[in-house]
Amino acid sequence: MTEIVFYLLAFMAVLSALLCITQKNPVPSALWLVSTMFALAAIYVLLNAQFIAAMQVLVYAGAVMVLFLFVIMLLNLGKADTSDLKRGPVFLVATLLGAGLLTALLVVRHTSLAGLAAKAGGPAGAGSPFAVLPGAGQVQSLESFNNAVGALARPMFEIYLVPFEITSILLLAAAVGAVVLAKRKL
Amino acid sequence: MLLGPSLILSAILFTIGVVGVMIRRNAIVLFMCVELMLNAVNLSFVAFSTARGFGGQVMVFFVMTVAAAEAAVGLAIILAIFRHTKSVDLKNINLLQG
Repeated sequence: MTEIVFYLLAFMAVLSALLCITQKNPVPSALWLVSTMFALAAIYVLLNAQFIAAMQVLVYAGAVMVLFLFVIMLLNLGKADTSDLKRGPVFLVATLLGAGLLTALLVVRHTSLAGLAAKAGGPAGAGSPFAVLPGAGQVQSLESFNNAVGALARPMFEIYLVPFEITSILLLAAAVGAVVLAKRKL
Repeated sequence: MLLGPSLILSAILFTIGVVGVMIRRNAIVLFMCVELMLNAVNLSFVAFSTARGFGGQVMVFFVMTVAAAEAAVGLAIILAIFRHTKSVDLKNINLLQG
């Protein structure tokens, strides 16, 4: 049952993404991207990441996409009469490069899944790329924490506390930068 | 176990994002394709977190923060470019072309 729901959502995500990159008007393009993000949020719930799903809907489908639609409408780009899709050889080269990239990603997936299966159950070895992650190799259940939020909060405020504080500096720099860039005269 | 299928979906979405960046000339649609790629990477982080603990979900949190900052600064740059060239089409942005 979970698999059927997953494949339906995956189909919806891929279809919306394809429509997103082929629409000539940016407004429907943005709305198809919102549809992709909602499908991904539902997939996060299936993958037992309920808090990330809520963040996906609030931050991505909510805040970021509203910002995009706001700029599209502010610049009055919603009435595209000619498509900006590149034609001819560029299109062909892009498709070929995309096929090559997809093949490479699937090969990487195969090898990394094989590596995971080889180390299943045991702690991450010294040579494993997962060994750099603190706490790697011990998968706790959600029940061992208080709930889905607690499961995310514990590693975030214990192991990743310094990166978390640095993101606040990043957000401050982004806010100041956006205001300075959008000002008419410096 | 949805780890394997999730990684395939993540690869497909990332490829769609890359192809979108290559075939479009509208700067805002390009930005949306970058967001699509970030979402694909988030999906693989969450998929791996089902097998390797909750560190992956913390990374998703950081990726979302960086994506929000990137969207704010990027759209401000697009606004400034639009004020200068009256267009967001990348073929009109050729200041560095020799």
